[in-house]
Amino acid sequence: MSEENQNQKAMPASLASVAAKHAQKQPGTNPLGTGLEARGVHAWFGTKHVLSDVTLDFAAGTVTALIGPSGCGKSTFIRTLNRMHEFIPTAALAGEVRLDGKDIYAPGTDVTKIRLKIGMVFQKPNPFPSMTIGENVLSGLKLAELKRSNTDDLLESCLVRAGLWNEVKDRLKEQGGSLSGGQQQRLCIARSLAVEPQVLLMDEPCSALDPGSTFRIEETIAELSQTMTIIIVTHNMQQAARVSDYTAFFLSNDGPGLMVETGPTSQIFSAPRDKRTEDYVTGRFG
Amino acid sequence: MALLEDRVNSVPAPRELTTKPRRSDQIFRFVVTLGGMSSLVILGLIALFLSIKGIHILNEKGFSFITESRWEVVTDENQEVIQSTFGIGAMLVGTMLTAVIALFVGVPISILGALYLSFYASGRVKTFLVSLIDLMAAFPSLLFGFWGFFVFMDSAEYWAKLINKYLGFIPIFQVPTPIFERSPFIAGLVLAIMIIPIVTSISREIFAQTPLDRIQAAFALGATRLTMIRAVVIPYGRGGIVGGAMLGLGRAMGETVAVYTVLNVVYAVNWQMLFGAGGNIASLILLKFGEAGAYEVDALMAAGLILFLLTLVVNFAADFLVNRFGKRGR
Repeated sequence: MSEENQNQKAMPASLASVAAKHAQKQPGTNPLGTGLEARGVHAWFGTKHVLSDVTLDFAAGTVTALIGPSGCGKSTFIRTLNRMHEFIPTAALAGEVRLDGKDIYAPGTDVTKIRLKIGMVFQKPNPFPSMTIGENVLSGLKLAELKRSNTDDLLESCLVRAGLWNEVKDRLKEQGGSLSGGQQQRLCIARSLAVEPQVLLMDEPCSALDPGSTFRIEETIAELSQTMTIIIVTHNMQQAARVSDYTAFFLSNDGPGLMVETGPTSQIFSAPRDKRTEDYVTGRFG
Repeated sequence: MALLEDRVNSVPAPRELTTKPRRSDQIFRFVVTLGGMSSLVILGLIALFLSIKGIHILNEKGFSFITESRWEVVTDENQEVIQSTFGIGAMLVGTMLTAVIALFVGVPISILGALYLSFYASGRVKTFLVSLIDLMAAFPSLLFGFWGFFVFMDSAEYWAKLINKYLGFIPIFQVPTPIFERSPFIAGLVLAIMIIPIVTSISREIFAQTPLDRIQAAFALGATRLTMIRAVVIPYGRGGIVGGAMLGLGRAMGETVAVYTVLNVVYAVNWQMLFGAGGNIASLILLKFGEAGAYEVDALMAAGLILFLLTLVVNFAADFLVNRFGKRGR
């Protein structure tokens, strides 16, 4: 008891208290399936081993933040979760990633269907410049060759959920590139919602945005986590503390990246078990 | 007090912003300017030369030079020109007809090839095919002509007969008499093969520049390669494809030897592409140049001038199209 108190004092009060304010969701409280499970995931680029033996569960309907210094493999890891990793020609992988208990790397799997269920938002907003705002939101239907009867409703609901509807409802016919950076990123979120994914991966979605836009996106994340599983890579520990239920800390010591520790976010920021996690979240390195 | 008010009320005129470049930079600037201007100067000199040689023919013959379809020179025993008729109407039509056939056949094949090389071919196959296509671009056109004449003509003739048989009710596929050899159709197909390398490599380079983040965004939305290409690559590359096609068109319109080998030069306007009659301006010049007297050479220069202007117009039109429609996907 007293030791834990001392430990808490050593932490910067802000991060721990921010994390404490975030009401953590318990796994399994949401009827959204069993979520996503990574089992012994290794990753390579050519002969370079960049990620070693990561086993991590993402309970359905929770937000998990992946934190760690640059080059620790967290972006590589998130890209193994929807098979975007293999997009790089020399990439290789070992282990399993299971969605609702089924390995997404199993032979005979249609990778496009996996990416429909596990959507992704990238670091840099990347709307399609040849399309209007409305077309951008619905582009997934066309790309994945899905049929929807009432696209107007879908368009509106996606933009509402991404927190962008009020700003763009009168300009749906304008080009996607006419929006500000933060709006573009929310447009990209809306776009990934249109194909109704179970899981949304976000790879540093706010690192190119100003604080105001960041705040809006964090609100959106909180909203979305009611209905889907979210995994977010972030360099911003404040952000991890604000938005996530669980946090996983990644680190690489000249070798492949490892997952050092995972747990409820409030615990990671107040009473980490591993010394390296403590050093990182207290700002001693990284 | 007055001073303060002056400062508040007076908005200064913008200053002129100047810089004095270093000597080495000035010299380099001169050298690159020289390089940049040389192509303009050379092009200008060629146009000037053609104009000086050919303009009096155009003045004499007037508009009939491009509407008339005869090329006759009558000389007396002293090689003095008694009477002459120069008209390149048929050649002008032949030039455009063969070039359009070439584009119609060559560009789709090139785009498919470029898409294959950019998004489907793997490692070694890709390297091999890319160097093969570059080799093909550097291949002498005479050899294309020979191949077209000795090897390709037979099968092309067969296709031409098939098209005539089943689509003959369409005017351009009709023939007045069943002569299918050395037709604009066959010349157009040989030209199509000749423009494939340039159009393919330009399209491939444009496709390769498609921003990776857009490609990834499409795949992350569950796109297949086909839908990704349609939604991302084609809108991005549209302008480049048009540009490449126009370079191909330029090559097809100016091609001399290959067309000369596989196309009958006949002085009558022929729109029936399967019929063995036609010719283009460049092959006319080749045909007549060897035995032409001074006066006829001037007429050939005038024909060259018309070809030059035609190419110029086509290129400007292409630029306009690229600027108008090419930017949207960028």
